[in-house]
Amino acid sequence: MQGFAYEAPSSLEALRARLAAAQGAGELTQVLAGGTDLLVQMKQGQRAPGLILDIKRVGETQALAVDGDTLVIGASVPAAKAKAFPLVAEAFPGLAHAIDLIGSSQIQGRASLGGNLCNASPAGDTIPALIANGFEAQILTAEGLRTLPVEAFVTGVGKNALAAGEVLLALQAPVPGPRSGDAYQRFTPRTEMDIAVVGVGARLTLDDAGVIASARIALGAVAPHAFLAEAAGAALVGTRGEPEALEAAAAAAMEAAKPISDKRGSADFRRRICGVLVKRVVAQALERCTTEGAK
Amino acid sequence: MSEAMDFKVIGTRPIRPDGVDKVTGRASFGADFSLPGMLEGAVLRSPHAHARIKSINTDKALAAPGVKAVVTGADFPQVAAGAIEGGEGGGDFADLAGNVIARGKVRYHGHAVAAVAAQSRAQALAALALIEVEYEPLPAVLSLDAALAESAPLIDEGLMTSGLPEPAAAPSNLASVIEMGNGDLEAGFAEAALIIERRYQTPTVHQGYIEPHACVGRWGQDDQAMLWCCTQGAFDVRSMTAKVLGQPVGSLKVIPSEIGGGFGGKTTVYLEPLALQLSKKSGRPVRMVMTREEVFRATGPASAATIDLRMGFSSDGKITAAEAIMAYEAGAFPGSPVGPGTMCVFAPYRIANFRIKGMDVLVNKPKAAAYRAPGAPQALFATESAMDEAAQKLGIDPIELRLRNAVEEGDSAIYGPKFGPIGLRACLEAAAAHPHYTKAKDAGVGRGVAVGFWFNVGLQSSAEVHINEDGTVTVIEGNPDIGGSRASMALMAAETLGVPYESVRVVVADTETAGFSNVTGGSRVTFATGMAVVEASKDIIAQCCSRAASLWSTDEDMVEWRDGAVHPRPGVNVEATPLSLKDLAGQAGRMGGPLLGKASLNARGAGPGFSVNLCDALVDQETGQVQVKAFTAIQDAGKAIHPSYVEGQLQGGAVQGIGWALNEEYVYSPDGIMENAGFLDYRIPVASDLPMIETQIIEVPNPGHPYGVRGVGETPIVAPLAAVANAVSASAGVRMTELPLSPPRVLEALDQA
Repeated sequence: MQGFAYEAPSSLEALRARLAAAQGAGELTQVLAGGTDLLVQMKQGQRAPGLILDIKRVGETQALAVDGDTLVIGASVPAAKAKAFPLVAEAFPGLAHAIDLIGSSQIQGRASLGGNLCNASPAGDTIPALIANGFEAQILTAEGLRTLPVEAFVTGVGKNALAAGEVLLALQAPVPGPRSGDAYQRFTPRTEMDIAVVGVGARLTLDDAGVIASARIALGAVAPHAFLAEAAGAALVGTRGEPEALEAAAAAAMEAAKPISDKRGSADFRRRICGVLVKRVVAQALERCTTEGAK
Repeated sequence: MSEAMDFKVIGTRPIRPDGVDKVTGRASFGADFSLPGMLEGAVLRSPHAHARIKSINTDKALAAPGVKAVVTGADFPQVAAGAIEGGEGGGDFADLAGNVIARGKVRYHGHAVAAVAAQSRAQALAALALIEVEYEPLPAVLSLDAALAESAPLIDEGLMTSGLPEPAAAPSNLASVIEMGNGDLEAGFAEAALIIERRYQTPTVHQGYIEPHACVGRWGQDDQAMLWCCTQGAFDVRSMTAKVLGQPVGSLKVIPSEIGGGFGGKTTVYLEPLALQLSKKSGRPVRMVMTREEVFRATGPASAATIDLRMGFSSDGKITAAEAIMAYEAGAFPGSPVGPGTMCVFAPYRIANFRIKGMDVLVNKPKAAAYRAPGAPQALFATESAMDEAAQKLGIDPIELRLRNAVEEGDSAIYGPKFGPIGLRACLEAAAAHPHYTKAKDAGVGRGVAVGFWFNVGLQSSAEVHINEDGTVTVIEGNPDIGGSRASMALMAAETLGVPYESVRVVVADTETAGFSNVTGGSRVTFATGMAVVEASKDIIAQCCSRAASLWSTDEDMVEWRDGAVHPRPGVNVEATPLSLKDLAGQAGRMGGPLLGKASLNARGAGPGFSVNLCDALVDQETGQVQVKAFTAIQDAGKAIHPSYVEGQLQGGAVQGIGWALNEEYVYSPDGIMENAGFLDYRIPVASDLPMIETQIIEVPNPGHPYGVRGVGETPIVAPLAAVANAVSASAGVRMTELPLSPPRVLEALDQA
């Protein structure tokens, strides 16, 4: 690992100014939140930034609150803290589970959802859960702020939609209403300390009659980036999640999946597991609509 | 030994002497040592699985900032062929030297090509990038079939197969052939009511020790050298390093650190000769520490194996004939453990008609190293899978089938010697009565049974027992403590001397302080080094008796050692109070000097270790994922000196075997590059993957040891492969014959069921 400069601005204005200056000077800059991906990549020689900008002292990145009917999770909030936030635990059990799958307890003390998202691993566990729950990325730009749905934020293997000089500030999502539930499951050969072969997130909301009114299914590890499988969700709307509806959603997801074959599994295996997980995840989310989600 | 011994401390569970240092982080491991002025070394490794080295230019690297020395194969002497004695893996010194650093040719991706010593690790790594190596890539040989094919590329152009009835006509990748047999094979099969015939395959796996290889080497201007390193055997490091460097053994002192796991993988040298050669060239001490990636690419592994097995059974379950054709991958140099594999494959059973053929085959992968019961897990995976299938097809309980064929005391082992007292039958009977076996299975769960076996060895050991002036005891021995052996040595010394466990300290000493001892391996330390400690303690007792007799002006046969003191024999008319170790040590300056007991021996009579494992597994029919729901390891320990550490060995071996069965394997690209050289994608089991590993220790004393010990460290890894595979086969409803039982493989089998 080569030498680098480290700075930690303490306000949005200072962060923006430092980014602009670095851009002007052509400094290779890397934003640091928890560093659980960045430091490993630097040690492996995959990244060699000249300047590291730690954003943890910028208050907006440490936000963890309910603002009206919106949940806000600052980009540098430790995963462990986000997981323990009461609203996350109560109304987003699928997301909470996805967070809990990040590394180990020690890693969760450092890792952030924002960093996990910016790292844009196709197999990142929280990304499908964020997409399914309709999270938006709030981005600091040179001029102001902009927002982007998470599914539009991830653009490729390790690639995101941030332009030079931009920084992810926070993630925000609507607080779910009644008769709504989410779930996330991944498939790994081991129970822990592993990386998703397939990850599936779902958020379902029922109408008064118990019919699925909206369904968002997101898939991870079966394409260059996690994505919203719209056809899979559409296959569920208007149903009660009967076995045929689950089969249809699974088939749509398998159709949408574009996995590769690698050391973690063949394309065929991944597609097949994707179908199995969609059914299991939808069933779990559905159960949550009628139990804890139905408050 | 006597039938029923009344032990005072043996069999108790005191805290291990090295425990506090290890849990507080104070213990010093291989990478923890440093010296003033020390340089950091790094290794340039081959980017090809198989290539000729056309040229190496180190000029730019030598001129780089901070660089003090660069070495290549040209800096090392040519080492003559010669068998390595007493090591666990065996092998040849010339191959060892060729593996330490490549000369002329690289034989696997990761093979060391050059090494650099610089003032910082960053400088050393930067300098590696400046070394210019011109390669002529050659086709890589990555499987047994490819290696044995007619037109296979030759990994060693001079390799002539040994062990053939006629000398080999041309070089090949087949290093050696072993054959043994007895009886009339075809007559045996003709008699059979059932024949199981299958091919069983196991993958390349790594020992997975948590501590990467590390050492510090210091070459003196007087050509006396010192090495600090993590190893299973300082004396082996000394002899191997001296040989690779062309130096006399006496010019090298090796100081072993604490060791963070070895499992057989730390019975050889990789970095040590490089560190010393760099030190010689630079005039400075040099530290070298492998990364995890280097550990995967250049050390270990255990051989992948293909075993074609045929076993015949009578309708009442007696084995009528058995044949095994066993091919093991040696890696890039000869020396797979196919030899012990052939000796173990049918060892648990009485078989009149058998034939076994073993083949040691070169492939372009790292040179295989010993891994816990080397060669046996692959072999017994085949046999115990076939036994399970036979039990199923014959409608006989799998434990009962094994009882009908089990070897007993007095039987001749298929590899030659007659068995003394052994615990196979006792383990099988304990398994049949175990709650794990008698309780009903949950829905969908499959239950597997398998037998494990390992010879265990004796070899050479030394020990000294020093009685300090206050009567406390220092034991000096030369076997690095991997599994709690300091505690076992202290218990045996305390038992023999009749003193409290707490008054004994055990020192694992360096090669100039301890007497010679072979490697910590072969499950030999508690047995052989333990025997040396007992004999050295008895030497102390003899000296104490002699001194007391002289003090009491009587004959030595008028006194006896009892409860930690010399007493006049009952009925002997001597006015005397008993003399304890403390009394006699306190008077040492007035009567004969320090009390120092010694023993050195070549231990015979190692007792074979048998085990039986039970496994419950549940297969997810939609994903192929396996959950191990329950696991029980039952094993004959002879006598458990410290039962907790025996249980620890049983549990650790079970977990490593479960990993081997379920998910561990080297994944290679078509051009021979390992794609999963890290613990993320090389999947050893994590705690949440496992149930509690239940244990039951059986004690059939080994008459070859004063306290009945038989080795326990290796047998535990032998049975789990088949125990898991048999459970998975039962749950999946299809016979699984190729490991690992990863989800894609199980799902594929479910599709075909």
